Amino acid sequence: MKSMRKLLAISAIGVLILSACGGGDDGSGALEELGDGEGAVNVIAWAGYIEDGSTDPAVDWVTGFEAETGCEVNAKYANSSDEMVELMQSGEYDAVSASGDATLRLIAGGDVAPVNLDLIPNYADVFADLKDKLWNSKDGVAYGVPHGRGANVLVYNTEAGAAPDSIKAMFEADSPYAGKISVYDAPIYIADAAVYLMATQPDLGITNPYSLDQTQFDAAIAALETQKSIVGQYWALYTDQQASLEAGSVTLGTSWQIIVNLAKGNAAKIEATKPKEGATGWSDTWMVSSKAKHPNCAYMWLNHIISPQANAGVAEWFGEAPSNAKSCDLTADANHCANFHATDASYWGDVWYWTTPTAECLDGRDVECVPYTEWVNAWNKLRA
Amino acid sequence: MSSVANTLRRSTRFASKHPRVGLGILLSGPLLWLLVVYVGSLALLIISAFFKLQEFTGKATTELTLSNLDEVATESAYLMMVLRSIGIATAATAICFALALPVGFYISKLAKSWAKRGLVVAMLLPLWAGYLVKAFALRAVFEPGSEFGNGGFLKNTIGWSPGFGYLAVIITLAYMWFPYMFLPIYTGFERLPESLLDASSDLGAGSIRTFFSVMMPMLVPSIAAGSIFTFSLSLGDYITVKIVGGTVQMVGNIIERALLAPNQPLAAAFTLWPIGIMVVYLGVMARLGAFKNL
Repeated sequence: MKSMRKLLAISAIGVLILSACGGGDDGSGALEELGDGEGAVNVIAWAGYIEDGSTDPAVDWVTGFEAETGCEVNAKYANSSDEMVELMQSGEYDAVSASGDATLRLIAGGDVAPVNLDLIPNYADVFADLKDKLWNSKDGVAYGVPHGRGANVLVYNTEAGAAPDSIKAMFEADSPYAGKISVYDAPIYIADAAVYLMATQPDLGITNPYSLDQTQFDAAIAALETQKSIVGQYWALYTDQQASLEAGSVTLGTSWQIIVNLAKGNAAKIEATKPKEGATGWSDTWMVSSKAKHPNCAYMWLNHIISPQANAGVAEWFGEAPSNAKSCDLTADANHCANFHATDASYWGDVWYWTTPTAECLDGRDVECVPYTEWVNAWNKLRA
Repeated sequence: MSSVANTLRRSTRFASKHPRVGLGILLSGPLLWLLVVYVGSLALLIISAFFKLQEFTGKATTELTLSNLDEVATESAYLMMVLRSIGIATAATAICFALALPVGFYISKLAKSWAKRGLVVAMLLPLWAGYLVKAFALRAVFEPGSEFGNGGFLKNTIGWSPGFGYLAVIITLAYMWFPYMFLPIYTGFERLPESLLDASSDLGAGSIRTFFSVMMPMLVPSIAAGSIFTFSLSLGDYITVKIVGGTVQMVGNIIERALLAPNQPLAAAFTLWPIGIMVVYLGVMARLGAFKNL
């Protein structure tokens, strides 16, 4: 009986601690004016977004920033949008390079603060079609600055047959790449199946891969179940896919341009393309935590990372289209912006930027759509 | 300097005069640690399995629900995965046992005394390397490659590799945790009195009979103790699976997925599986005497 009472006491303490943590901020206002730097800034980023010359001495847009502002950049790389959300909830970080499937959740959760754009002079040069979008602002209030965009590319081994141009090779059981296919291991990948269905089963009436009603969603899961038998690898760590591409144990996969670049740098015989059916993609946003301990440095970082020089550096290294229009003149490869279609609106027409699916259909239909938590559950079950 | 020594001396004297107070001071630190870090975190974990998730933001609320437990206990995909995890952990444990028994016997009973220490150190050597180093080393060993690229060590030397999957996971886990099985078994052999073996042979038992009828029964507690380590470490592992598992998933991976979703309550509910399995396992092992001579 005594031990029971002890257990109860411990439980009560636990509940108290948890409820204290779970209270949540209601998103305090944006920074009013820029003060002196705090000496450091803790950022969560995608691999390849924070390069200080340690990966490649020629690739460095951090050292100069640190010397100029006195803000030491502490980078934490996240492997998925979900991980970014989880890390931001800890309140230990000042800024994050969030993709569209994380931003809405961060805004709704009060984990990020609105951004005072007056304090970020470089924002003026950002492409107009990236500003004030569903995934980076709310009711006309900006919650971050656009970083860059890209498509999730189809990577293939150039010796494994004719170059594929269709997403079908990823999904159909008779794919010539069966057994050597590499799939991105995240719930948001369900949208790739939806893109495939948009092309192959128009009867389903999918108009936006992030806006799926139950029937459409079930069809996407069925496509993924079929795909399972031909998948050789589900990758969550980008280095895993890179290693497999280099070893040749993967010959087709959904990839990021940076992985392709890194593997090609190690003599992998691969190329990448955007499937003709279209692709999922990302438009990332730098956001500031509502609990930032180094807000001034965070603002300086935001302004720096979208400055023409740094933005050109990131865009070229990561393999994405820059967000700053002036970046295009500064890339080492003069054709970078052309290659990545930075200014070509028609290219982006069939790129579906990662967005958080919600119960209210994103395409405006008057039915109930499957919300993201269900995507997560379905993906977990698929992978279990 | 001397004042520190004086204070120390005075406090030792005080403690020796009041043994209970001394003991209390000595144990209060570890006890607090045990309560807060061990019991406290476990209690928090179990409680949070009952919390409801705020769907969109992925934050736990303090509203209570049974739906997490229900999902974890009834969903067939998850149950299959739990069973597979048990299978993998059992297989890794069996391999560790099959290797540790003859090796432990040899080193303890047959090896020359000068060679003993070196051999024991050699068996424990894997403990000196980092976990990730070992896992990635084995990744390089198992890499299947293809006609489009070079495979790893196995492929290049014997022309065959199991590739990434169950077999690679089981072998890697067995390699990782082998020392934890070896050590208790070796100590078990060391503790066997020579006189018993002499008596056995005096009574006419051959070496095989002696091994199975005299040594093995006395070794059961050591084997049980070793298996607790290898089984629990394998059951809870999720990093090895990621590195050499290909498409294989274990219960730890699902916990990580749920945690990162972020769905902390569901992750907590999943952890009840390994906790429950280990409670049962420890119960069985305790029966076999695993804790009698730890």
